[in-house]
Amino acid sequence: MKQSRLGSWIALIIGTLYFVVPLAGTFEFSLRMRSGEYSFDAYRSVFSDSAFQDSFVFSTLMALATIVIGVLLVVPTAYWVQLRLRKLRPLIEFVTLLPLVIPAIVIVFGYLRLYNSSSFLPMTSEIWSTNLLLAFSYVTLALPYMYRAVDTGLRAIDVRTLTEAAENLGAGWATILFRVILPNVRTAILSGAFLTFAIVIGEFTMASLLNRPAFGPYLQLVGANRAYEPSALAVMAFVLTWACMGLINVFGRAKQIKHAP
Amino acid sequence: MVQTAWAWVGVAPFLVFALMFLILPTLYLVVGGFQDPDGNFTLQNIFDLFTPSIMSAYWISIKVSGASALVGAVIGFGLAYAVVLGGLPAWIRPTLMTFSGVASNFAGLPLAFAFLATLGRTGLVTVLLVKFFDFNIYATGFNLLSFCGLTLTYLYFQIPLMVLILTPALDGLKREWREASEILGASKLQYWLHVAFPILWPSVLGCTLLLFANAFGAIATAYALTGSSLNIITILLYAQIRGDVLHNPNLGYALALGMIFITGLTNGAYIWLRGRSERWLR
Amino acid sequence: MAFLEINQVRKAFNQNVVVQNVDLAIERGEFVSFLGPSGCGKTTTLRMVAGFELPTAGTIRIDGKDITHLRPNQRNVGMVFQSYALFPNMTVAENVAFGLKVAKRPAAEIGPRVDEMLNIIKLPHLAGRYPYQLSGGQQQRVALARALAIKPQVLLLDEPLSALDAKIRVSLREEIRSLQRKLGITTIYVTHDQEEALSMSDRIVVMNEGRVDQVGAPFEIYNQPKTRFVASFVGTLSVLSGTVVDAASGVLDVGGQKIVAGRGFPNAKAGDACAVSLRPEAARLEGFGGQGATTNMADHAERNRLQGTIEEVAFLGSVIRIKVRLGDNILSLDTFNNPGVTPPERGAKATVTFSPADLLVLEGV
Repeated sequence: MKQSRLGSWIALIIGTLYFVVPLAGTFEFSLRMRSGEYSFDAYRSVFSDSAFQDSFVFSTLMALATIVIGVLLVVPTAYWVQLRLRKLRPLIEFVTLLPLVIPAIVIVFGYLRLYNSSSFLPMTSEIWSTNLLLAFSYVTLALPYMYRAVDTGLRAIDVRTLTEAAENLGAGWATILFRVILPNVRTAILSGAFLTFAIVIGEFTMASLLNRPAFGPYLQLVGANRAYEPSALAVMAFVLTWACMGLINVFGRAKQIKHAP
Repeated sequence: MVQTAWAWVGVAPFLVFALMFLILPTLYLVVGGFQDPDGNFTLQNIFDLFTPSIMSAYWISIKVSGASALVGAVIGFGLAYAVVLGGLPAWIRPTLMTFSGVASNFAGLPLAFAFLATLGRTGLVTVLLVKFFDFNIYATGFNLLSFCGLTLTYLYFQIPLMVLILTPALDGLKREWREASEILGASKLQYWLHVAFPILWPSVLGCTLLLFANAFGAIATAYALTGSSLNIITILLYAQIRGDVLHNPNLGYALALGMIFITGLTNGAYIWLRGRSERWLR
Repeated sequence: MAFLEINQVRKAFNQNVVVQNVDLAIERGEFVSFLGPSGCGKTTTLRMVAGFELPTAGTIRIDGKDITHLRPNQRNVGMVFQSYALFPNMTVAENVAFGLKVAKRPAAEIGPRVDEMLNIIKLPHLAGRYPYQLSGGQQQRVALARALAIKPQVLLLDEPLSALDAKIRVSLREEIRSLQRKLGITTIYVTHDQEEALSMSDRIVVMNEGRVDQVGAPFEIYNQPKTRFVASFVGTLSVLSGTVVDAASGVLDVGGQKIVAGRGFPNAKAGDACAVSLRPEAARLEGFGGQGATTNMADHAERNRLQGTIEEVAFLGSVIRIKVRLGDNILSLDTFNNPGVTPPERGAKATVTFSPADLLVLEGV
């Protein structure tokens, strides 16, 4: 028993080192911009860069659009499948898992061929429609996570009974969806949303291939041309990821407390 | 019948979306992979994949993904085992889970920057190793912009991902199974050999495959880390999309087809294995 | 010397004592139940016999050999778990063979032994199935066969039936008991279900808060409970509270009516508050045709008589349970169903009679 516990500690310490050392290294590196002393110059330089602000705002808006489209697409579908089309569940689940099978770069490659300016649906010929295409591509990226979160949330509340109870009390479908079902899966949606945000904000492949001025391509540009700013950006990205995961945890826990007897 | 037809309307938006932005684009490439520039059926593109430069790109991708998946699986298993069955204090588990959630999502470009800052030529660890141990890892032939370096970098999200997806499987090992085998006279080794490992292996193998697919489709980290000096398949495809470096669009489609084939195979095996272990653990 | 001896066994988790100085001697071939509510220490005691928990103090001996510090895999004890705990990766036959296989017995011995065990549990046709393909009852029978295949000295059953449906529970408990008789194996059976314990056991050990309250045959436990806990945990009990009128002859005042207990109260004096109890089958409703199930058919004149009103009538099939309000007390009584007689109505006046000998005067009153 003692021996196995020692092994556990060793495994844990190795894991922790692997996790912490690159962070420490990055942080230390990001402070080196002024020679001879540590400073936050790299951060100052990043923040004062207008391209940083523009691309970050663009990606944030993209993330929000992705979340809204994703929720509108996933919640009614998951709800409907549980309520009426149980037989369809394997198919829908399979479709939602496809983005894990088809690499992102392949999906966007397909977009570029199928929706180019000379195709039947020339989505890439206008800026707004390219932005829409980018948001759609992000929705497919987030689909596996979003669908699973919402589906699990719906399974936990027994959708059928809730819907029948609401119908019994005379509620229409809009009331059922927005006042009964949505509030009950709010936590699941929020988790999915934060995860989506974490995935979308620094995404590189799709934004770069669709030629949109997103945060990912900006990061790539800085990484190729600057020395210290990339580390500062990495630290910031890490904090952002941490915040998203932290918020998921907070909302998850709030739900648990609410449900405790 | 009318009822059923109406019911389908409810999922129509989703199916249309999936068709237009997931399935058709992929199909376009798949079909294009079997066509010549004039649209006639041909297997030439598939044969052309077997040229040395393309094969080596696939091969490096498979090697990096395989190595990072295997090592990630082993270390991830160790960590998950330690935290579930290792008798560690209770607070460690939720902490490790949160850390893993963050680290498994900390990928892409920032991850590459982090490793450059840590293990690059002037990175903190490189410098400290020289300073305190007079040991220059670059003198040993190590290079972050190589197979080894990329694998090491990928491990940063592979290990936590393994921890996240394997922990439920380890939780599924019932205490009663260990006790039953013990009281039937089995030693700890016999328990692991005959009971615990046979129950776990579909999960472990399945999770490893998932890690493989996860690494195989990745591009941003490798691109930022190595530019185009390490010719993995995603980087080759990226170059092909941007500038038709193969001078044959249809060969580009076949390239994508090859990737789908590999990830599809991996995921198919994963789903099969998961079904197997879920059946047991019901 | 008894076959299985538990001497002054005590178990504490940190400061929390869960088993306090348990003493018990079980004879070879005996079927003994540990009965008690959850958290009473019965499962912990069983797990110490199995070797999963180390006693804080005390010794456990099987056939004269001290096994207190032996590892579970060296004890030659069979165990059946509440959750079946069949190995999901093995077929029924492989599960049953497991104990023999890890003991490296020759295949020529394992095969016939597995067949024999599967025949005993009447499932030879399921040898190739996996646990997930079996019903709960079948799984538990396989678990039993697996535990018995290694010919253990002692069989331990930890609430083996509580995860099963009511019907299967009854048939399986008969099966377990007859199997145990046939094999003559010394058995400890842990349960919180009094009906199970009463119907299966040679002896019952009633446990409460880590202590043994009473050890005895089912008949004794039910009819002569030594403590209020035993009396109330095993079977239904109505408590009548009143005051002592005459301590020597055992006369009590219950809500203004006098009754006589079967014995006096040497430690009480007139005016003391006291409580006596009655099993529902010991009381009868006067003027109602149903027969009480009691064996104490004492002379009519000697029976206690109490006036009250019918509070509730529950028709349970073969038995009708009637609750009668007697002032502040409520008394439950069971009478057999008689198709020719309509049950009494709620609110009706009634007279309850019972023999003084059936009144239980419990310790701690």
